[in-house]
Amino acid sequence: MAQVAFNDKQISMQHGAGGQATRRLVEGLFAPAFANDALNQLSDAATLDINGNKLAFSTDTFVVTPRVFPGGCIGALAVHGTVNDLAVSGAVPLGLSAGFVLEAGLSTDELRNHVEAMANAARAIDVPVVTGDTKVVEHGGVDGLIINTTGVGLIRADAQLAPERVRAGDRILLSGPIGDHGITILLARGEVDLDADLESDSRSLLPLTSSLLERLGGDVRWMRDATRGGVATVLNELTQGRSLGVLIEEAQVPVRDAVRGACELLGLDPLHVANEGQFVAVVSAECCDAALDALRQTPGGEEARFIGSIVDDHYGRVVGRTSFGAKRIIDVLVGDPLPRIC
Amino acid sequence: MKYVDEYRDAATIKRLAAEIGERADPQRTYRIMEVCGGHTHAIFRFGLAQLLPKNIELIHGPGCPVCVLPMGRMDVGLAMAEEQDLIFTAFGDMMRVPGSTGSPLESKARGADIRMVYSPLDALKIAQQHPDRPVMFFAIGFETTAPSTAVTLMRARQANVENFYVFCNHILVNPAIRALLEMDDMRLDAFIGPGHVTTVIGCDAYRFVAEEFRRPIVVSGFEPVDILQSIAMILRQMNAGVAKVENQYSRAVPWEGNPAARAALDLVFETRAAFEWRGMGEIPDSAYALCDEFAAFDAEKQIGVHGQTLPDPVEAQCGDVLKGALKPCDCRLFGTSCTPENPVGALMVSSEGACAAQYKYADVTISIDR
Repeated sequence: MAQVAFNDKQISMQHGAGGQATRRLVEGLFAPAFANDALNQLSDAATLDINGNKLAFSTDTFVVTPRVFPGGCIGALAVHGTVNDLAVSGAVPLGLSAGFVLEAGLSTDELRNHVEAMANAARAIDVPVVTGDTKVVEHGGVDGLIINTTGVGLIRADAQLAPERVRAGDRILLSGPIGDHGITILLARGEVDLDADLESDSRSLLPLTSSLLERLGGDVRWMRDATRGGVATVLNELTQGRSLGVLIEEAQVPVRDAVRGACELLGLDPLHVANEGQFVAVVSAECCDAALDALRQTPGGEEARFIGSIVDDHYGRVVGRTSFGAKRIIDVLVGDPLPRIC
Repeated sequence: MKYVDEYRDAATIKRLAAEIGERADPQRTYRIMEVCGGHTHAIFRFGLAQLLPKNIELIHGPGCPVCVLPMGRMDVGLAMAEEQDLIFTAFGDMMRVPGSTGSPLESKARGADIRMVYSPLDALKIAQQHPDRPVMFFAIGFETTAPSTAVTLMRARQANVENFYVFCNHILVNPAIRALLEMDDMRLDAFIGPGHVTTVIGCDAYRFVAEEFRRPIVVSGFEPVDILQSIAMILRQMNAGVAKVENQYSRAVPWEGNPAARAALDLVFETRAAFEWRGMGEIPDSAYALCDEFAAFDAEKQIGVHGQTLPDPVEAQCGDVLKGALKPCDCRLFGTSCTPENPVGALMVSSEGACAAQYKYADVTISIDR
């Protein structure tokens, strides 16, 4: 693993935004301290070999403002987030833990709503929450509540997912329209005077990843859910340090009009906006049609699209090609997406 | 999406690119400056320079307000927040702009009360919600955003809000264009005129460019079709040997601009004798200050600051880039010690800054060669 220096004097919000600053913090401070083979992969979930069984192991901590938003709440998000990290690792979740940090003064009704949303989300995909923990901090110590979930899953026998298996010519698929979650949250904060008929895409990706693996097996090379930092960030992470490039056909990337409109107004790039229910899959060129077919026949995958290819060119770079043939570099998000006004 | 898709239509874009190719005289060069940062951003985002013949060069002008703000002004603004315990409000554009002790985001991480707003009216609302604390709006932008600051101040006065202050950094586009045109090493042939500013000041405001300096200027929209069409219009003028003001963006820009907005500007602001622009130095008559009637809201007059301000870093070649004398990637700091994540010069901060735009969206081969 390449050495990354982390010399920032203090932690700021951009270290949590999922972009380049987060990457430097993780690779420059955490990873060197804990260095080991499983961690060094820096994938969504670590792979552990237990007597020949391959387990996926992942953890995620959830803070979101507001805690309830169109299409979901922090409770459902906490289940989907960890389940999705396991799903894109080719695993079927076996169980989840749930840890709560609660602010003194939080209403029981609100807590109960979040917990019930978690329980419903877990039940819907048949994943038990098997252990948990609770801490309460002084009023003001956290904003309402923080939820951590950790999940363990059994990696499917038909899954052979690894970034090293990605090669030039492979096709890149996207499970559906991007940016719904990020823009929904931005609008739900009420800071921008915009209304849109839009809700978060918070959902489990398990049905989609399972049907893809069932149909294609080893022809699925790599999958990643495009959460913070968006599709641009996960594709940049895929190419970084590798002798391959990514070419995105910009006209193919599905974006709802409401998301496009908000992004145009605020100067954001939909490719940088967070999703909580979409993933990127790289599949072999021969199986591209079969993969699209498998996704589209699974409920929730109807809008899956081919969005680009892995190329033997511009190594380490993600490049977008417009419908009229011009190209641009699609970089990693730096810090939080900041609206452009003046 | 209406008003967007038809201006990004591939067939139209290709037709315009071909038309420009035919019009461009291979015997000469065309050095065209887009003044506005919004155009710079669009040119890079859509890779428009790749569609032009080699002898048409687009030069990225000083039209990104965040980029031309001297570091010292940011220092003063942040010192107000940190020394006076006030609520500092600004547009998202400002949040990563470096002062000599860091950006507003870093100041916030140290404990200052820094809030992002989408409009100066939001800042006024915060002031009304916190009558016990001073609230300062870091006003920035050209004549585009200045009217909303003016209207906000008029409302603040009407509602007798006593804890609201504006730190005025509004700048004016034409004095900067004039300063560029009067430079010794000026080699610009024509201008793509700023679309949004012109909705306020009107097209006649640029007549000096055509009449005094004999340079064509075409006020342009921000979509690929708009920009290419404007370039085609400029070529038509240059090939015919004429120089006039034209309006490509008539769907948004009335020729006369917005007299009501100008009246609000006249009521609230006065022109400063001179103002420092990053990389260009002092430019006469190039910025607004609050006029005496609004002095009670003027952060510069009402809030004392003891913090020291530092000049812009000398090793950054922002000025040469702004003048069009140097391409961003030829600056000695570009992409090495100056990157969007750790900007030394402000041109690297905003996605409208020539350097950040080139860093992010540059012609792929250039960046790979580097």
